[in-house]
Amino acid sequence: MITEALVLSAILFVIGTFGVLVRRNAIIMFLCIELQLNAVNLSFVAFSRLYGIEGQLFVFFVMTVAAAEAAVGLAIIISIFRHYETVNVDSFNLLKW
Amino acid sequence: MATILFYLFAGLAIGGAIGVVMSKSPIGSLLFMVTALGAMAGTFVLLEAHFLAAIQIIVYAGAIMVLFLFVIMLLNLGHDYQKDLKGGAFAVLSFGVIGGIAGLMAQQLGSTGLEDGPGGAAIDAAMAEHGAVGAIATELYTTYVVPFEITGILLLVAIVGALVLAKREV
Repeated sequence: MITEALVLSAILFVIGTFGVLVRRNAIIMFLCIELQLNAVNLSFVAFSRLYGIEGQLFVFFVMTVAAAEAAVGLAIIISIFRHYETVNVDSFNLLKW
Repeated sequence: MATILFYLFAGLAIGGAIGVVMSKSPIGSLLFMVTALGAMAGTFVLLEAHFLAAIQIIVYAGAIMVLFLFVIMLLNLGHDYQKDLKGGAFAVLSFGVIGGIAGLMAQQLGSTGLEDGPGGAAIDAAMAEHGAVGAIATELYTTYVVPFEITGILLLVAIVGALVLAKREV
């Protein structure tokens, strides 16, 4: 069960990375980042079966940070949308050299 | 029985994740994401992390996903069906290879370990004594109380930051 959970976690993380690199819609990229965080959470839970309850505690903290990150990130997306009228990241090049 | 359930949840999670990446509309992506999160909550239950499974449903699939839904509706992106996938066969192939390597690594890591280590027994004992919530709470409020309080400060900063960023007339 632990091995299968680790494999599942690796697969989900790779799908999430793929989404971040391939999609251009800022909100969907953000959803894929959440998917990566969840994949890591799954491997923490699997390792907690080997090394003790600290793994589950760390998942708790990761979820809190993910909630904070979602709130701030969506606020940034809203304020960018006000300027550019789009959420396609190809049109945000203000910080490009 | 547990193994069959695990494979069922794993298939749902992978299918949901692929749906998130491949779905054309943001709303579709979001609903696939809820599916994936629910399936992962199922795997948490099978790994004996009952409290985390409940939190996963309530906080992740409930609160955070509704926040995303609000933003999609607010920005009126629900009918934004333009195709925005970049790359092509090469990207899929490279990620297949990376995924294969990652899966093999995870399998090696898992098979050198054990079916259920000393941690599993400790968690089961703590859950039998204090219950599913108490097993986490006793550690959280004794050994890890300082990180817990810092998390509170982080949430406060996030609230203020989100308000300042999203406010009109910045």
